[in-house]
Amino acid sequence: MINKGSKILLEVKNLRAEIAGVAGVEILKGVDLTVRAGEVHAIMGINGSGKSTFSKVLAGHPDYAVTGGSAMFEGKDLFSLAPEERARAGIFLAFQYPVEIPGVSNSALLRLAYNTMQTERGLEELDPLEFDDLIQEKIKVVEMDPSFLGRSVNEGFSGGEKKRNEILQMAVLEPKLAILDETDSGLDIDALRIVAKGVNSLLSSDNAVVMVTHYQRLLNYIVPDYVHVMDGGRIVRTGGKELALELEARGYDWLRAAA
Amino acid sequence: MLTKEQCFEQLLLGKAVKSEGWLEQIRTAALEHAAILNFPSASHDDWRFTDLSAMFQHGFHPVATYAKLTLSDIEKFLIPGAIRLVFVDGCYATELSDLTQTGTGVTVASLADRLGDPWVEKNFGHHAPYKQDAFVALNTNFFEDGAWVHVASEVTRPIHLLHIATKREVPSAIYPRCLVVMDASSRATMIEDYVGLGDGIYFSNAVTEVVLEKHAQLQHVRVQREEKNAFHIGHCSVESGRASVYTATSLAFGARMSRHTLHVTQQGEGAEMHLNGLALISGRQIADTHTQIDHAAPRGKSIQLHKCIADGSAHAIFSGKIIVHAGAVGTDSAQSSRNLLLSDKARIDTQPQLEIFNDDVSCKHGATVGQIDADALFFLKSRGFTEERARNLLTHAFAAEIIDKIPVPSLVESLGRTILERISGVRT
Repeated sequence: MINKGSKILLEVKNLRAEIAGVAGVEILKGVDLTVRAGEVHAIMGINGSGKSTFSKVLAGHPDYAVTGGSAMFEGKDLFSLAPEERARAGIFLAFQYPVEIPGVSNSALLRLAYNTMQTERGLEELDPLEFDDLIQEKIKVVEMDPSFLGRSVNEGFSGGEKKRNEILQMAVLEPKLAILDETDSGLDIDALRIVAKGVNSLLSSDNAVVMVTHYQRLLNYIVPDYVHVMDGGRIVRTGGKELALELEARGYDWLRAAA
Repeated sequence: MLTKEQCFEQLLLGKAVKSEGWLEQIRTAALEHAAILNFPSASHDDWRFTDLSAMFQHGFHPVATYAKLTLSDIEKFLIPGAIRLVFVDGCYATELSDLTQTGTGVTVASLADRLGDPWVEKNFGHHAPYKQDAFVALNTNFFEDGAWVHVASEVTRPIHLLHIATKREVPSAIYPRCLVVMDASSRATMIEDYVGLGDGIYFSNAVTEVVLEKHAQLQHVRVQREEKNAFHIGHCSVESGRASVYTATSLAFGARMSRHTLHVTQQGEGAEMHLNGLALISGRQIADTHTQIDHAAPRGKSIQLHKCIADGSAHAIFSGKIIVHAGAVGTDSAQSSRNLLLSDKARIDTQPQLEIFNDDVSCKHGATVGQIDADALFFLKSRGFTEERARNLLTHAFAAEIIDKIPVPSLVESLGRTILERISGVRT
């Protein structure tokens, strides 16, 4: 929902980044993006356009080094914060390839992460019993069977279950800015519907979502306020949701030619 | 500062323990073998990774007078509801033991008190190789007392054998001993527990012999949590009978230098053996685990998972030998060695060895050595965990897979806390 008067959550200016340790191979070549509270943004583009790198750089992934530009999150310099500080400030990255962690139960991970956020926000931590009440509500958001809570994080989960698990983490942590990195990839239509419903139920006028995606399909379920097209490490076009339909019909080549 | 030879001479000068009849003969023979065998040389195939030199700096003296401890001194080691036998510096401590819950169908007693038991005479010294191994020989000659566990039926309460080493004026040598006989179709859970009180320098040289008759099932937990200046060398020999199930979960957390040898021989057809192991060490610690599984009868099954976690400049060693003898057709064996290096200076040597002498077998083995997974680390940070907390959580999870196999919930919980303390270096 666009409300020009709402506060700016994220302001990225002329962001440049390269692969860490490989000087000179620039992946992001001057990205600009402003995200206000209440907005849903979609970033689209072909493979190698830099859209996934952009989401990882915002979350602080160690594989990338920022070489120029700035990113302010609620007035704080994002790049002066460690990944965990960004998370505590309210940034959430849903992973394209969720990590399996044998030996750490899903419920323990969620509780420890939740309590870290509670402490950050000056609120009381929950003990395992109290947290169980909370999590039983949250798993309804992603229609997940309670048995998944006792299992090791993502171990033996199907692709769809892993993505739903990412959204469950988002539901528990209640971030201000959720970045969904190709959350729709590898999902069948039922899983896509569940994931989208989960994300939609978490949207409010205080938070925002940036979806990185290859396909228009996801945008039928989570309707964006803005669609950005990334190419060659830059955002080359910004429009409304109709831009996604146009991309679906015409592909990306006409934009490249125009640029 | 002693030489290696002087150190061994000092051990041979230990306190002579008088025994009657059959045991005296074994003791005498063991002492003769010990003198001939001496410390293993550094070039010995089974010892080439294991640096004993820190041990040679000390002369270890026999324990002359025993420390008086109270239950409150050892409270943190107690397992609620367990049948408990306690030894302090190798001597049986009646007042700390609790045999009130022993019940029928099981004998848990001081070995020295039961030397007249024909089962003791039949088994003692017949399984652990005192003629081949100098440390087994030293123990067999010098042990003062030990645990005698004879299970005739199903015992539901865990049997806790707690061996405590106290801090003494001079470095001491102590010789814990256990003899366990599981009658046909009996079942039990036993915890051998080696702990230290105070930061004394001592040499704990332990030997355990275990016999499983047909259809017997034993859950055998071994916890080595000696003090940081201790030296611990342990040997356990297991004979498993027809269709028996032996499960070992062996943990090495403590000691400056430790070595544990576990030798399981499948004597009867269709016996199952599960060997789980974990070494978690840091600083300058050395932890060596040597296992050998002999499949000597048909259709045996062995499943082994050993893990080492080494931080600081610690050195962990795992050598796992599996021998499938000619007659052991239909053997099914799987061994996995998984290792985690937490620092650049830590070292892990892992050495799986398979020797197969018949064609009708299924044997799998694999070994990995790695560091904390970078993707998992970033994932946890992106969920708000600090670097340190994320690393601790992942390390704990790696260790938990072994700890969780222990069938005593209160011990799983207390060892879980111990692991967190070891990993984070903080007392919780």
